[in-house]
Amino acid sequence: MYDPTVARLTYRALLGRRRAAILFLLPGLLLIISAAVRAINGADDQVAADLLGGFGLATMVPLIGVIAGTGAIGPEIDDGSIVYLLSKPVKRSTIITTKLIVAIGVTMAFSAVPTLIAGFILNGNGQQVAVAYTVAALVASIAYSALFLLLGTVSRHAVVIGLVYALVWEALFGSLIAGARTLSVQQWALALAEKVTGEALISSDVALPTAVVLLVAVTLGATWFAGRKLRTLTLAGEE
Amino acid sequence: MSTLTIDHVSRWFGNVVAVNDVTMSIGPGVTGLLGPNGAGKSTLINMMGGFLDPSTGKVTLDGEPVWRNESVYRSIGVVPERESMYDFLTGREFVVANAELQGLGAAEAQRALATVEMEYAQDRKISTYSKGMRQRVKMASALVHEPSVLLLDEPFNGMDPRQRMQLMELLRRMGAEGRTVLFSSHILEEVEQLASHIEVIVAGRHAASGDFRRIRRLMTDRPHRYLVRSSDDRALAAALIADPSTAGIEVDATDGGLRIQAVDFGRFTELLPKVARERGIRLLTVSPSDESLESVFSYLVAA
Repeated sequence: MYDPTVARLTYRALLGRRRAAILFLLPGLLLIISAAVRAINGADDQVAADLLGGFGLATMVPLIGVIAGTGAIGPEIDDGSIVYLLSKPVKRSTIITTKLIVAIGVTMAFSAVPTLIAGFILNGNGQQVAVAYTVAALVASIAYSALFLLLGTVSRHAVVIGLVYALVWEALFGSLIAGARTLSVQQWALALAEKVTGEALISSDVALPTAVVLLVAVTLGATWFAGRKLRTLTLAGEE
Repeated sequence: MSTLTIDHVSRWFGNVVAVNDVTMSIGPGVTGLLGPNGAGKSTLINMMGGFLDPSTGKVTLDGEPVWRNESVYRSIGVVPERESMYDFLTGREFVVANAELQGLGAAEAQRALATVEMEYAQDRKISTYSKGMRQRVKMASALVHEPSVLLLDEPFNGMDPRQRMQLMELLRRMGAEGRTVLFSSHILEEVEQLASHIEVIVAGRHAASGDFRRIRRLMTDRPHRYLVRSSDDRALAAALIADPSTAGIEVDATDGGLRIQAVDFGRFTELLPKVARERGIRLLTVSPSDESLESVFSYLVAA
C-alpha cells in the first residue's frame, strides 16, 4: 500500500517546484494577519473564529490541497515521466495511495499546523477555537488531497478545475446557495470543528454523522477511482 | 530468453488508424523497428511496453499479456523517447530510485551506471545533462534489473557519433547475451549497422520483415525516378530508351525535362553521362525525384 521510493520522488517533486512557494506564502500570510489582528484588536474569540474560518479553512486549506493533491501526480502525467513508475512491478493502487499519503502529509503540514499556531496567536486557543479549526483543517486535508489527486490523474487542467472548485464552488456558491454547502468539504470539516468548540462560535450546515459519512465516502471513492484510472492510463506516443 | 508476440494488433485514435493489423514476433537478438516519422513505431512500442491497449488484437510476452499486468516489468526494460525525467534528481538518485522500484538497491544501480559509463557525472543534477547523457541514464534505469527484454524508442536521437557507437556496442552486447532488444529508428543506416533483424512499418502497416540484407536489396533494386534536363531532351530520351536499364521516359512539357524511370540503378548511372557525352548533349539537371525515405518505404509496402 505504501512505497517509500514513490513517496520520496513525490515529495521532492512537490517541494521542488516553483508552485511550492504558495505552500509557504499562504500560511505565512495567515500568521502575519493573525499577529496584526491580535496586536490591534487584542484577543477576541469571534474574530479568531472568523479569521480561521474565513481565511484558514475556506481559502488556505483548499488552495494548499489543490497544490499538493494535483502536484503529487499531475505534472508527472503531463510530462510523461510517470512512465518510470508505471514500468515497474509496483501496483498502481500502491502508487496512488503513496502519493495520497504524501499529499495529505504536505497539506496537513502547511495548513493544519499554521492554523493551530495562528489560533494560539489570535486568542490563545480560547474556547478551543484553535484546536477546533486545526481538527477541521486536518480532516479537510485528507478529503481535499484525495479529491485533487483524482483530478490530477484524470485531467490535464487539474489545477484550474481545482481552483474553480475551491474558490467558486466552496466560497461563492457555498455562501449563496444552501444546497451547495451540503456538498462542500469545508462544511463537513466545520461539522467536526463545531463538535469541538460548540455552536456559539462555529456552525456547520451539515450534521456530524452526514459529514463523517461523506468525508469517508469521498476520500475512499476518489482514491479507488484514481487507482483505477492509473491502471488504464495510456501513454500515447509523440506521433 | 523471451519472445514478444504481437498478434493482429490495431490501434486507432478517434478516426486515425495509427497501427493497422500488425502481426510480428520479436525474439532474442537485436531487432530494428524501421519506419518514417509518424509511421506508428512509437504507438507499437507503447503497446509492446504495456502503456497503451491495442484497439484489437493482443500483445503478449512469453504468453503473458502485457497490458494491465505490472509483473511483466520484472522482465521488460523501457527506454522512452520522451526527454522528461525527474530532472531535480542527480543521475545516481534517479537510477537508485529505479532500482528500488524493482526491489533492488544501490549496488545494482551503480553497476548499471558503470555499464553506460555515466559514473563520472552521476552526482550532477539531471537538469544539467546533455541529451546523450540523459539517454544513457535512461538506459541505466532500464538495465538496472537486467531485463530479458529491452524496448528503446528512437534511442539514437540527439546523440553524437561517439555516444551512438557506444550505445550500439552496448545493445549489440546485450543482443549477443540472448536478450530481446528492440529499438525503433527512422534512419536506415542506424538500423543496418546494429540490427540483425528488421521490421519495417509504414503508415501503420507492417511492410517488410527479415534480414537487413534482403531489405537493403529491395531498397536499392527498386525502380528509381529521375528528373533530367538537357540541351536536347528528345535526342537524349531516344538514346536512353534503347538501353534495358531504362523502363520508361516521359517528356514533361510543363516543367521542361525528362522524367525517367530506371530499373537497373547501377547501369543507368553509368549510362546517362556516357550517352550524353557521345551525342554531345549537355546535362543541365540530374535529380532523383523519389529519394525521400517515404518513397523508399512506400515502394517497400508495394513490394
